[in-house]
Amino acid sequence: MGLETMPVSKLHAESSYDPADFPVPTGREEEWRFTPLSRLKGLHNGTAAPTGNVVVEVDAAPEVTVETVGRDDSRIGAAYVPSDRVSAQAYASFEKATVITVPREVVASRPTVINVRGLGEGAGHGATYGHIVVRVEPMAQAVLVLDHTGGAVYADNVEFAVGEGATLKVVSLQDWADGAVHVSHHHAQLGKDATFRSFVVTLGGDLVRLSPSVSYTAPGGDADLTGLYFVDAGQHLEHRLWVDHGVPNCRSNVTYKGALQGDGAHAVWIGDVIIRAEAEGTDTYELNRNLLLTDGARADSVPNLEILTGEVAGAGHASASGRLDDEHIFYLQARGIPYDEARRLVVHGFFAQLLEKIEVEEIRERVLSAVEAELAR
Amino acid sequence: MSTLEIRDLHVAVGDKEILRGVNLTVSAGETHAIMGPNGSGKSTLAYAIAGHPKYTITSGAVLLDGEDMLAMSVDERARAGLFLAMQYPVEVPGVSVSNFLRSAVTAVRGEAPKLREFAKDLKNGMDALSIDPAFAQRNTNEGFSGGEKKRHEILQLELLKPKIAVLDETDSGLDVDALRVVSEGINRFRDTGDTGVLLITHYTRILRYVKPDFVHVFAGGRIVEEGGPELADKLEDEGYESYVKASA
Ligand SMILES: Nc1ncnc2c1ncn2[C@@H]1O[C@H](COP(=O)(O)OP(=O)(O)OP(=O)(O)O)[C@@H](O)[C@H]1O
Ligand SMILES: [Mg+2]
Repeated sequence: MGLETMPVSKLHAESSYDPADFPVPTGREEEWRFTPLSRLKGLHNGTAAPTGNVVVEVDAAPEVTVETVGRDDSRIGAAYVPSDRVSAQAYASFEKATVITVPREVVASRPTVINVRGLGEGAGHGATYGHIVVRVEPMAQAVLVLDHTGGAVYADNVEFAVGEGATLKVVSLQDWADGAVHVSHHHAQLGKDATFRSFVVTLGGDLVRLSPSVSYTAPGGDADLTGLYFVDAGQHLEHRLWVDHGVPNCRSNVTYKGALQGDGAHAVWIGDVIIRAEAEGTDTYELNRNLLLTDGARADSVPNLEILTGEVAGAGHASASGRLDDEHIFYLQARGIPYDEARRLVVHGFFAQLLEKIEVEEIRERVLSAVEAELAR
Repeated sequence: MSTLEIRDLHVAVGDKEILRGVNLTVSAGETHAIMGPNGSGKSTLAYAIAGHPKYTITSGAVLLDGEDMLAMSVDERARAGLFLAMQYPVEVPGVSVSNFLRSAVTAVRGEAPKLREFAKDLKNGMDALSIDPAFAQRNTNEGFSGGEKKRHEILQLELLKPKIAVLDETDSGLDVDALRVVSEGINRFRDTGDTGVLLITHYTRILRYVKPDFVHVFAGGRIVEEGGPELADKLEDEGYESYVKASA
């Protein structure tokens, strides 16, 4: 824990479609120092052969179009330029991209579900690179579920281009099998008065490093990024948030909460926010909380806010990691509730407000029962 | 008939001894009041009986109907029939009152109550204590006023129906109406028969509603004087000064 000394603007200065523009990480770089590179299966140094098997299947709302396109499609890379080595590697290596379009003024009648399923056992059989583009045209509204399951070594980029006055709500579930490795960038580019709601749930996999980022092309953009993770023994679950306020009068709110249990359970949360000189009237808040349920678990939490304008509407961050509160447990036990049940109630309580934000009921139920299952371990 | 027996109880926090030999027996049908100055160890007694992890029992015994309470976990004690209404009820974020109470009732009864029955009991209980039904959906004690927290403690008392209830300053911070409502709740609990009450208080005003059979003066970590209800009036008039001096 602790604040970074390097300004956010420096940390995110590099971007390129070409992996060769990024030196191979050594682990000493600010952006790589928390990630166990040896467990990346070569995703970071060009040695991960693209021989894996991950299928992407889309169950779309009837109003939404789904295309599978080649690398040369002009919509790819329109909203996002890779910002680190693995992201650029994924960009340079994918064969087919999935492009999802919510047409102008259309309100999708049901969630569109993208199943990303790894067919490997754990991390075996090589790597897979992917790319997804989601375009929500002006005034359109849609809910999207990204559901990652199975075994894989998977690196991908997901671009969300949210047009003027449009609303996109995304739930991204990282529910990988044990042993899976996933390194992913989710970038949302918000147009004028666009609304973006992201709900990230990361539960499974040996190593997941997910970097959700947001940028704004015009005033009035509103981004709400929520995350929930449950880290078990030996797992490394890393979330790197990056919100770039470059235009006036936009809003961002980041709330990530995680529970950790077991030896070697490691959570990393980085919350980088910049309010650039031109971004007057910005309102931003970011929060990360970690609940350490056992010894041997570790949470690194680094909020980092750089403000380059004097005219902000609000800017703040908070980060706290702590154990279960003995007083909470005592109070519940003093009413006859056994320890395990008391702990379950308190952990549920810790996540309760977040869970309420998941609007897709099946997903909320699934996350709830996944949390139950984790607690029963 | 239930009996709580506290025998020569010594309790420390860290290496600081706070209780220095407490002896007290509370039987069903009896109401005992404990009065004593700030910091004399009244809450320590209550917490130690309930099994709060901060308090170390250095010697002595606590028995409920002959069973060794000190060998039990906090929840086992509660299920055995002990209830502690806390001086400062704990806020539990994210756990709704109804969820909390249903879990507690399920644990104490050993089976989940029928949903409809529970909803009815809860509603009646809340009505009787003038608790707004909307509180059922709020997080346990979170943002409750002092008085609301105390009513919520008595609601739990009535729902859980323990054998022995220890009420730690349940009257503190209550306005006159709330005091009456809470006292009525305690009296309903007493009227159920096979129950004993140990009431910790600073003031005689609650004792006008909830008549004690015995009054104990607590000072310097032990009981220094015992008597009937008239002792409370004497304390109100004369204060604790003579006892504090004697126990120092
Ligand atoms: N957890 C604790 N840590 C340190 N000291 C404690 C703790 N609990 C109690 N004490 C100390 O033990 C003594 C008795 O405290 P206790 O709360 O039992 O008093 P009390 O009689 O209930 O007082 P009051 O009338 O103010 O409620 C006090 O000196 C208090 O500071
Ligand atoms: Mg006290």
